[in-house]
Amino acid sequence: MRKMLTIISNVLRASTKKNGARVVVSSRSYADFTPQASFDIKGCDLHRLEEGPAQQAVLTREEGLQYYRTLQMMRRMELKADQLYKQKIIRGFCHLYDGQEACAVGIEAGINPTDHLITAYRAHGYTLTRGGTVREIMAELTGRRGGIAKGKGGSMHMYTKNFYGGNGIVGAQVPLGAGVALACKYQGRNELCVTLYGDGAANQGQIFETYNMASLWKLPCIFICENNKYGMGTSVERAAASTDYYKRGDFIPGLRVDGMDVLCVREATKFAADHCRAGKGPILMELQTYRYHGHSMSDPGVSYRTREEIQEVRSKSDPISMLKERMLSNNMTNVEELKEIDVEVRKEIEDAAQFATTDPEPPLEELCNHLFSNDQPLEVRGTHPWTKLKSVS
Amino acid sequence: MALLRCALRSGKDAVGAILRREFHKTSAASLQMTVRDALNQAMDEELERDELVFLLGEEVAQYDGAYKVSRGLWKKYGDKRIVDTPITEMGFAGIAVGAAMAGLRPICEFMTFNFSMQAIDQVINSAAKTYYMSAGLQPVPVVFRGPNGASAGVAAQHSQCFAAWYGHCPGLKVISPWNSEDAKGLLKSAIRDDNPVVFLENELMYGVPFEMSEEAQSKDFTIPIGKAKVERPGDHITVVSHSRYVGHCLEAAAILAKEGIECEVINLRTIRPMDVETIETSVMKTNHLVTVEGGWPQFGVGAEICAMIMEGPAFNYLDAPAVRVTGVDIPMPYAKILEDNSVPQIKDIIFSVKKTLNV
Repeated sequence: MRKMLTIISNVLRASTKKNGARVVVSSRSYADFTPQASFDIKGCDLHRLEEGPAQQAVLTREEGLQYYRTLQMMRRMELKADQLYKQKIIRGFCHLYDGQEACAVGIEAGINPTDHLITAYRAHGYTLTRGGTVREIMAELTGRRGGIAKGKGGSMHMYTKNFYGGNGIVGAQVPLGAGVALACKYQGRNELCVTLYGDGAANQGQIFETYNMASLWKLPCIFICENNKYGMGTSVERAAASTDYYKRGDFIPGLRVDGMDVLCVREATKFAADHCRAGKGPILMELQTYRYHGHSMSDPGVSYRTREEIQEVRSKSDPISMLKERMLSNNMTNVEELKEIDVEVRKEIEDAAQFATTDPEPPLEELCNHLFSNDQPLEVRGTHPWTKLKSVS
Repeated sequence: MALLRCALRSGKDAVGAILRREFHKTSAASLQMTVRDALNQAMDEELERDELVFLLGEEVAQYDGAYKVSRGLWKKYGDKRIVDTPITEMGFAGIAVGAAMAGLRPICEFMTFNFSMQAIDQVINSAAKTYYMSAGLQPVPVVFRGPNGASAGVAAQHSQCFAAWYGHCPGLKVISPWNSEDAKGLLKSAIRDDNPVVFLENELMYGVPFEMSEEAQSKDFTIPIGKAKVERPGDHITVVSHSRYVGHCLEAAAILAKEGIECEVINLRTIRPMDVETIETSVMKTNHLVTVEGGWPQFGVGAEICAMIMEGPAFNYLDAPAVRVTGVDIPMPYAKILEDNSVPQIKDIIFSVKKTLNV
């Protein structure tokens, strides 16, 4: 008994000492960690540009930790959505963003919160970077009243301030984005609009119509093609006569960027934003990126590409691993600190998932609401003439 | 100011009224104005009133408008507010919707609504549905306007009526004015509305002058969206129409009145939301219903009116089946004799009224 007590007390003392030591190490470590470092980043291929973004990026410790947290949050959120979908708690369409996180995080780091952004249906990551919380995103996926669109939009129709969705029709968001940019210019507010589309959408006619008008009218629009190499099940080689998406804007200057490196994306976005804010008109960025999941949850994603290819990207180019290695090898953080962040992220995701699965569905009384803005209440026909439903703005 | 204008015009108008084939009584305090000028005035007043309003479309600026509806506006307001677009409907309609989402109040002109089919995804999926999908977070205050329906000799691809297509969709308001007061009051309301509005004009009506009451001459004159107007009261039969055919119905009514048949002619003014109550009240009085439209019969505006009447209280008051007078169910031909016989004529309305009344 005594022996056991000794052992127990020893263990406790040791762990206290360890905890104590850890606390001391942490507080000591803020002085110890490198506050910022400069990294060489891949150069960009240029189209109609004399020079591109700098090939060096400065990353502060705070920035690095913040990017890491957001990247990880996005990754875990999408994986949780995968889980909930397989449990049939999320239904319909679900297009996951894991693998592409560096694009969303890098872009947000390169613009201001007062700037605007619009994308297509692979939008959960952007909803997060543009101010949505994981809770309200997940609850929207599960169709609950606490969802960011009160359960009425679903995966493809999430909105926040200065974020215009979430758009289901391939390519339609591009003219919309140019329209937002027009509004920015019209109101003289030195804001710009980031307008995203995929390699599949890049062949859409309305995008070329938009390039034309955005150029003619010098709209402050950053067109961004997220090239993840596959438009649903069709590889870029099978869909596009020219896969140099950064050149497809023809008269619009373009750059091709490593979309797996958050710093590359950030620097390119800053460069593009400067271009727009200087009144030079639109600019086009192609982000070379990759999605780990299939096109959507209905697509296993392995009939048109090999598991080896997916695995290779995961091991060699994962955006989270890349940032982690950079920070660790430059002593900007340590494994424990990152693990702490992982734990916090995991907890937030679990809480959000819990909320998303327990929050009640939207009330039927609100079925017909939100047809019109700022309008009188009106009567809406139900499924038969005897049902008269009420609609309020 | 209005009075001075009236005084100067009434003399000129008295002569003009006699010389023109179609004229309406002129009084001292009112004024004759074509539908085109009424639309122009509506846009001018709203552009002046609110800086966020702007007009875009093909030829709207330097050409003064393909049909001269926007004449003088570019000269007055400049490049920023009146924007000539390339011939890329899907692109510029999407740009209009995006601008509306970001806080502006665009008027997007389609040279004719036939070309709106190139952009219809932006009208329906990006404009109409967004407020609902976002659960009220994202309003879309955009107006799509332009000529709709048959013109004269422009053949099949340029003559379709889109009232039924757009009227089908929740989230849109769809307006179809007939005369100058309708045009001005409803366009002003459409521009002030915070929601996507499809405003269906008629090219053949642009040049037709109508009396504008003193009230209608005011800069704040608006007509509420969603209310129909009884243009001519009557006891024997309800005749419901929209746009150009309201005029045809009134002419038919004048002819029928000589035979002692009094038609109550209702001008829908708004296709969606449709003012069923006004139609029901009328049918419950007259017990007979004929609808008149330029569009094709199947799944059309008249079909919807008949269905709504069937399902509502007015059905029990019908003494005969409600019938529709519509365009002929064919693509619009070119030759004049064929074209004339592809759209409702006054004799078709008279025939249908008499058949319904069994006289």
